[in-house]
Amino acid sequence: MVYEWQWDFVWQILPQLVFKGAVLTVELTTLGVLIGTVIGLFTALFRLSRIKPLQWLAAAYTDFFRGTPLLVQIMIIQYALPVVFGYVPNVWINAVAALGINSGAYVAEIFRAGIQSIDRGQMEAARSLGMTYSQAMRYVILPQAFKISIPPLGNEFIALLKDSSLVSVIGMQELMNTGKLIVGARPRVLETYLTVAIIYLIMTMSISRLVAFGERRLAAGDHR
Amino acid sequence: MIIVKNLYKNFGSLQVLKNVNARIKEQEVVVVIGPSGSGKSTFLRCLNLLETPTSGEIIINGISLTDKNTNINRVREEVGMVFQRFNLFPHMTVLRNVTLAPVKVKKMSQQEAEDLCLGLLAKVGLSDKAHVYPSQLSGGQMQRVAIARALAMKPKVMLFDEPTSALDPEMVGEVLAVMKDLAEEGMTMVVVTHEMGFAREVGDRVIFMDEGMIVEEGSPQEMFLSPQNERTKSFLSKIL
Ligand SMILES: Nc1ncnc2c1ncn2[C@@H]1O[C@H](COP(=O)(O)OP(=O)(O)OP(=O)(O)O)[C@@H](O)[C@H]1O
Ligand SMILES: [Mg+2]
Repeated sequence: MVYEWQWDFVWQILPQLVFKGAVLTVELTTLGVLIGTVIGLFTALFRLSRIKPLQWLAAAYTDFFRGTPLLVQIMIIQYALPVVFGYVPNVWINAVAALGINSGAYVAEIFRAGIQSIDRGQMEAARSLGMTYSQAMRYVILPQAFKISIPPLGNEFIALLKDSSLVSVIGMQELMNTGKLIVGARPRVLETYLTVAIIYLIMTMSISRLVAFGERRLAAGDHR
Repeated sequence: MIIVKNLYKNFGSLQVLKNVNARIKEQEVVVVIGPSGSGKSTFLRCLNLLETPTSGEIIINGISLTDKNTNINRVREEVGMVFQRFNLFPHMTVLRNVTLAPVKVKKMSQQEAEDLCLGLLAKVGLSDKAHVYPSQLSGGQMQRVAIARALAMKPKVMLFDEPTSALDPEMVGEVLAVMKDLAEEGMTMVVVTHEMGFAREVGDRVIFMDEGMIVEEGSPQEMFLSPQNERTKSFLSKIL
C-alpha cells in the first residue's frame, strides 16, 4: 500500500504549528537559556571560588541536573514539589523553570571551561594593579571568557530547543504538543510529525547559522 | 623601604625560598640574578603577595604584608609589577589597559586617567598607540605599555620579572632604555634579569640567588669583577 501524502493537510496545519507551537517553543527556549546563563554564570563563579560550601553547592547542582534526565526533572518540578510545598503548579512557570535550571547546569560548565582557559597571567596582572578578585573577574577575565564561550553557548541553545519538546508532557502547548493534538483529532501522523520535525530543523539550523555568523564577526574584530 | 626577614616559601614539600633576608632602600635599583629554578620569580612575587609566604616577614614602606590585617590590594597599589609575558589585557585598547586600574581602583575620573595615560605613553615612546589593541603591537611595544600600565598606579616600587626575556633581541634595548629612565628618575626597582649590561650600568646592587637562598650580594663591580662565592663564580662564568 502506498501512503497518500496530503499537501493540503500540511498547509492546513502549518499556521497552527508555526504561530502557536513554534512561537511558544522559541519563547520557552529563549527564556530558559537566559535564566540558564544567569544561573550558569553564578554557578561557575561559585565553583571556582575559594569558599568550600559554595564549591560544593555548585558541584551538587551541576552534577544533579546534568546527571538526571530532563524529563524526570520536569516531572519533579510539576508534580512532586507542589505536593511537598503545597502550592498550585503553573505549567508555564514550571516549564520555563525546568528548562532554565537544567540549562544553567550546562552553561555553568561552559563558563567554567571558558574562565579556566584564560591565561593565569591575566588575573595576576589585574591583581598586581590593585584590583580586587571581583574587579579582575568582571573587567578582565569574564569578558574574555564570555567570548570564548559563545560557540558552546550556541550549541546549548540548540540542545535546549530540542529538549524543550519534553515539556509537552506537562501539557505545555509548544511545537511538539501542538503536533500531538493535531494527530489526536485527525490522525495524519506522517504529515504532522514530519512537518513538526522540519520546523525544528529550520529553527536549529537558523541558530547555528546565527552563531557561526556572530563568531565570524567576533573573529574579524579579534584582538587576541 | 622594603625589608624582608626570614622569608620561607614552600610549594607543598618543595622548599623554594629558604630564609631570604633583604633590605632595599628607597631609589635603589636591585638586580636579582641566578640560575633557572633558583626562586627569583617566587621571591619577586612574594613582594606583592602573588605568592603567600610560608613564613617570615615582608615590610614595604612600614606596612607589613605578612600581617593578616593588611589590605593586600592597598599594598599592591604601591607595588607595580611587569611580567615576562606582558600580560596586557587583549580585549582592551592600550588606553583602557592603562586607565582601567586608576579608574576602578583609585576612582580617578576618566578624563584625569586618560591625561595620565597619554603622559605615560609619551614617556615610554608610544604616544601614537593609545587607541590600538595589544595584538597590533610588537613585543617591545607591549612591554612598554605594560610598564606604563603599572606606572599609572603611581607605585613606590616597581618589580620586573625578566621583562626582556620574551622579546626578540632587537627589541630588548627599547625596553631597557625605558627602565633606565625610570631608574634615573629615582624609582625603587627590583629587577630579575639576565641582561648583565643593564645590571652593571643601572644596578646599585646585585643579588645572586641559588637554590632558594641569597648566596651573595654586592655592587655590580664587586659581583662581576671579584665574586667571592664559588657558586656565584661558576654562574657568572657561564653567562658573561
Ligand atoms: N606555583 C608553583 N607550584 C609549584 N612549584 C612552583 C610554583 N612556582 C614555582 N615553583 C617551583 O619553584 C622553583 C622556583 O621557581 P621560580 O619560578 O621562582 O624560579 P626562577 O628562579 O624564577 O626560575 P627561572 O629563571 O626559570 O624563571 C622551581 O623549582 C619551580 O618549579
Ligand atoms: Mg622566573
